[in-house]
Amino acid sequence: MHNKTITELAKDLREGKFSSVELTQSYLDRIKKHSELNCFITVAEDFAIESAKMADIKLANGDASPLTGIPIAQKDIFCTQGTKTSCGSKMLDNFISPYNATVVEKFNHSGAVMLGKLNMDEFAMGSSNETSFYGAVQNPWDTSTVPGGSSGGSASAVAAHLTAAATGTDTGGSIRQPAAFCGITGLKPTYGRVSRYGMIAFASSLDQAGPMTRSAEDAATLLQTMSGFDPKDSTSMNKPVPDYSMGLNNSLEGLKIGLPKEFFSEGLNDSVARVIETAVDEYRKMGAEIKEVSLPHMKLSIPVYYVIAPAECSANLSRFDGVRFGYRCDEPKDLNDLYIRSRGEAFGDEVKRRILMGTYALSAGYYDAYYIKAQKARRLISEDFKQAFSEVDVLMGPVSPSTAFGLGEKTGDPIEMYLADIYTIAVNLAGLPAISIPAGFVNEKPVGLQIISNYFTEPHLLNVAHKYQQTTNWHQQTPKGFE
Amino acid sequence: MMLTAEEVKKIAYLARLGIDEKDVETYANDLSSILDLMTQMSETCTDDILPMAHPMDQIQRLRPDTVLESDQRENFQSIAPQIDSGFYLVPKVLD
Repeated sequence: MHNKTITELAKDLREGKFSSVELTQSYLDRIKKHSELNCFITVAEDFAIESAKMADIKLANGDASPLTGIPIAQKDIFCTQGTKTSCGSKMLDNFISPYNATVVEKFNHSGAVMLGKLNMDEFAMGSSNETSFYGAVQNPWDTSTVPGGSSGGSASAVAAHLTAAATGTDTGGSIRQPAAFCGITGLKPTYGRVSRYGMIAFASSLDQAGPMTRSAEDAATLLQTMSGFDPKDSTSMNKPVPDYSMGLNNSLEGLKIGLPKEFFSEGLNDSVARVIETAVDEYRKMGAEIKEVSLPHMKLSIPVYYVIAPAECSANLSRFDGVRFGYRCDEPKDLNDLYIRSRGEAFGDEVKRRILMGTYALSAGYYDAYYIKAQKARRLISEDFKQAFSEVDVLMGPVSPSTAFGLGEKTGDPIEMYLADIYTIAVNLAGLPAISIPAGFVNEKPVGLQIISNYFTEPHLLNVAHKYQQTTNWHQQTPKGFE
Repeated sequence: MMLTAEEVKKIAYLARLGIDEKDVETYANDLSSILDLMTQMSETCTDDILPMAHPMDQIQRLRPDTVLESDQRENFQSIAPQIDSGFYLVPKVLD
């Protein structure tokens, strides 16, 4: 039963082929069996079984939503009342949130069963899941490689069928890049579409939560539950939520696809490029028109991102002070010592690097040169997309310049790791929605096709992704040993 | 641009972030390389461009000043490292 999509599972649950308790137990067994992947920081076994029992009652009463009884797992960045929320950090290793994130509330309300909390890069800062306090996660396609990050546990768990679906968050590619590396579908919605309340903040003007699933159809189901206006999040957009599943099968005849030439320039692995070109050809066969476009300021996105994200992170992470919750050092001799040692002992290297970088960029005398300059350049990047969307409906390109790299391969050089985010971060800076879908393999490692669309056009984005999954079966492949 | 060890220590203090003496050199090198990356921004003219703080340029929403939540002091303090009589305890600030 673990090989089925959410749509299939929902049908089987209603037909009584198995109960939610049986389904939940089968996933819990798989999580145990494949614990070497290190996908989960916390497995909420008792909570999951209890929720499944309640879901079975709802199903029996005919009082069920499409997610009732479906086992999912939450990235450990979402606050869950009663279950540890660590954000992948020693700082929050002892943190039990007193409240639920809005996303968690919405899933609970839908009757979905939470299996546990998924591993991630510490405070979502990383592209390989190697900065987690709880250790690296393995990619099920090749366990010597990284699953990507920061939502690495989410991607690996979905790919290995340890959960029917997962949540992720994407600040600079943290849903799309691991989805690409693990051969699953990952959607980053428009900024403001999904509430950030209770989602531990990294870079507030960039962070956005989204679904990580085995198909675009499943992503539509999850997004339906996740999205919507939330008065508790001041950046949440008050716009009606459309039906994400309704237009999935719309024809793509006449769809205008733009290929940004900057996505296919130096640095892109040739084999990955060929997989992307083949995927674009598939769309051509469906009646789409292909056109080259340009995002002239894209090269600025890495420097701009690595000013804005650390600046916002240094401000956001100042709340971890060892006073009200989280880690506190032993025997502080004064208040400064308490702050300095608690933060010094509990944050890992990458988090420290970004706090330092952000503090520097925001400090007196440098604020205009770095932060304001970056915000201005951010607008130029965003204007490029506006121009492109006046010519085409969607943009397509790779998610990452390469397939999954080896564990430990890039940990020595932070800059090299940053540069690999080149195709994903411009989307966050502009606040646009984008999806990564499996498009093929290079040396038995998955390659993701990135599709970017205009603000709040997730229904169209999902339609474009779904149609491809109707004519290809890349998204149905399962890594060896995890069938 | 090269950051000195002294500058790194100063930034770390501003952020109240303890870093090991032996790592200062590494952080100085890493931050310097990151700053080099950032200088690419200076090649682009951004005169007359409005800084972008929010992707949709949304302005901060206001709400009526009404009480929505009830007091949850005990609940919130139950996860605090050290409390006494409803207060968060920290080392003595005044002599």
